[in-house]
Amino acid sequence: MLSIRCPVCGPRDEDEFVFGGDASAVRPADPMACDDQAWTAFLYRRDNPAGPHDELWFHRFGCRRWLRVRRDTRSHAIVAPPLLAEDAGAP
Amino acid sequence: MARGYSLAALLRHALSGHRDWPAAWRMPEPKASYDVIIIGGGGHGLATAYYLAKNHGITNVAVLEKGWIGGGNTARNTTIIRSNYQQDGNARFYEHSVKLWEGLSRDLNFNVMFSQRGMINLFHTTAERDSWVRRYNSMRLNGIDAAVLGTAEIAALVPDLDLSPHGRHPVLGGVIQRRAGVARHDAVAWGFGRAADQRGVDIIQNCAVTGIVREGGRVVGVETTRGRILARKVASCVAGNSSRIGEMAGLRLPIESHLLQAMVSEPVKPFLNVVLSSGAHRVYVSQTDKGEVLIGGRLDGYNSYSQRGSLPVIEEIAAGAAALLPRLKRLRLMRSWAGLVDMTMDGSAIISKTPVEGFYLNGGWCYGGFKATPASGWCFAHLIANDAPHPLAERHRLDRFTTGHTINERGAGPAPHLH
Ligand SMILES: Cc1cc2nc3c(=O)[nH]c(=O)nc-3n(C[C@H](O)[C@H](O)[C@H](O)COP(=O)(O)OP(=O)(O)OC[C@H]3O[C@@H](n4cnc5c(N)ncnc54)[C@H](O)[C@@H]3O)c2cc1C
Ligand SMILES: [Zn+2]
Repeated sequence: MLSIRCPVCGPRDEDEFVFGGDASAVRPADPMACDDQAWTAFLYRRDNPAGPHDELWFHRFGCRRWLRVRRDTRSHAIVAPPLLAEDAGAP
Repeated sequence: MARGYSLAALLRHALSGHRDWPAAWRMPEPKASYDVIIIGGGGHGLATAYYLAKNHGITNVAVLEKGWIGGGNTARNTTIIRSNYQQDGNARFYEHSVKLWEGLSRDLNFNVMFSQRGMINLFHTTAERDSWVRRYNSMRLNGIDAAVLGTAEIAALVPDLDLSPHGRHPVLGGVIQRRAGVARHDAVAWGFGRAADQRGVDIIQNCAVTGIVREGGRVVGVETTRGRILARKVASCVAGNSSRIGEMAGLRLPIESHLLQAMVSEPVKPFLNVVLSSGAHRVYVSQTDKGEVLIGGRLDGYNSYSQRGSLPVIEEIAAGAAALLPRLKRLRLMRSWAGLVDMTMDGSAIISKTPVEGFYLNGGWCYGGFKATPASGWCFAHLIANDAPHPLAERHRLDRFTTGHTINERGAGPAPHLH
């Protein structure tokens, strides 16, 4: 069971959250200007690291805000204090 | 010493108290070079090696496994084998796999204990019913066995199923594929491994690949924990580690690694002789030959390489199983475990050449690749031997994500949790 420290609500169990995936996938500003490779890179390809991973979590049963969490995918340890996604500059 | 398994061999070895059976495969030192190196000694890697030797006469092959063969998802899965797919590309591929399963024990001279006990998928809403019936009708158009069941027929097949109208998700009916079933997971790795070894393939355990050696853009070998080994064809079959091997080849893949858990109860007398699945409860249940109730469900839901699952998911899956079969409430769980599944963004697998010449990719099996083991090896061996896709797997290309030809069984958007 993960315990995620929400900046608004404090430490909460993982089942209050919804995983939102890789936070480093940034939607191209002008999709129409992308070639197929660039669009595929955004839409489908992932680094999928074994190690620290920046990811989005939605606090569904709490403040209903998006968080940006840095978590090690080998140990599940959260390696930096989670931030609100908007404060972290995440999309 | 005869290497085949047979009744005669059993009787002969009985005379010596079964103490001098030969090892099922050799433990060779790696050679300096091979024609083909396969990374990953799970079912898929071993099946690929076997069919390279058997169907294509390519025997100068090594399977490199970082741990012991069959210790990955092959050993962790719930062994459901079925071909209830709808999409072109998947339907005929998985049906070919079921057909290979039907003759596999004889072909490998190893009992993989394939048991075609049938699989029932329950539906609980009219929308679910429409989509299952549509899928099973299209299976019949593809020549695959499929039938729709009413609750009375289901009650006869699964007397312990809760069919009362007062449940959380009352059962409306179900679909059945009678040729679906289960097999013995270890036997699949051991059977393919032994049969490949007998044809000259080197199975090298405790040998992790740490790098892909390239020269002028093409593959010439691999770095391993047991030194550099050369080959002009390197083929990856590493399931949840596909992105790691891909990275070594300079590729960024449309894959995320996720955890999938399963669990078994204490063993009880036989009471369930089909595989039972329910989408609404997100759970599936079967009973092993040892009597344990084997239960699986959904992904844990976040990227992981830990092979260690989370307890809330176990609780949710167990609750679903108990809702279907209320008598399970009184059983104790004995073990639970997790495997590292390679989830693609359309829910279908990849059997493909790559932009790196000489590097071949077999992966993205999501949580359903055990059933594919024979057909996956069959088609991947064809691709490696001929540098052209097998007709049954020509849609499973890596570049389908760029060209827009995804095989999206569920019809949902790009997400790594589809199947
Ligand atoms: C809980 C669970 C339930 C499942 N249930 C089903 C089911 O009911 N039906 C079904 O069809 N499928 C099911 N699956 C999926 C199925 O198990 C897999 O898709 C399938 O077994 C994959 O086989 P494989 O040979 O590709 O992978 P694996 O058996 O995982 O083999 C990959 C091998 O590669 C090795 N490896 C990794 N990295 C390296 C490296 N760098 N160097 C050398 N070796 C390396 C690993 O050690 C491993 O042995 C389930 C999976 C799980 C986890
Ligand atoms: Zn919160």
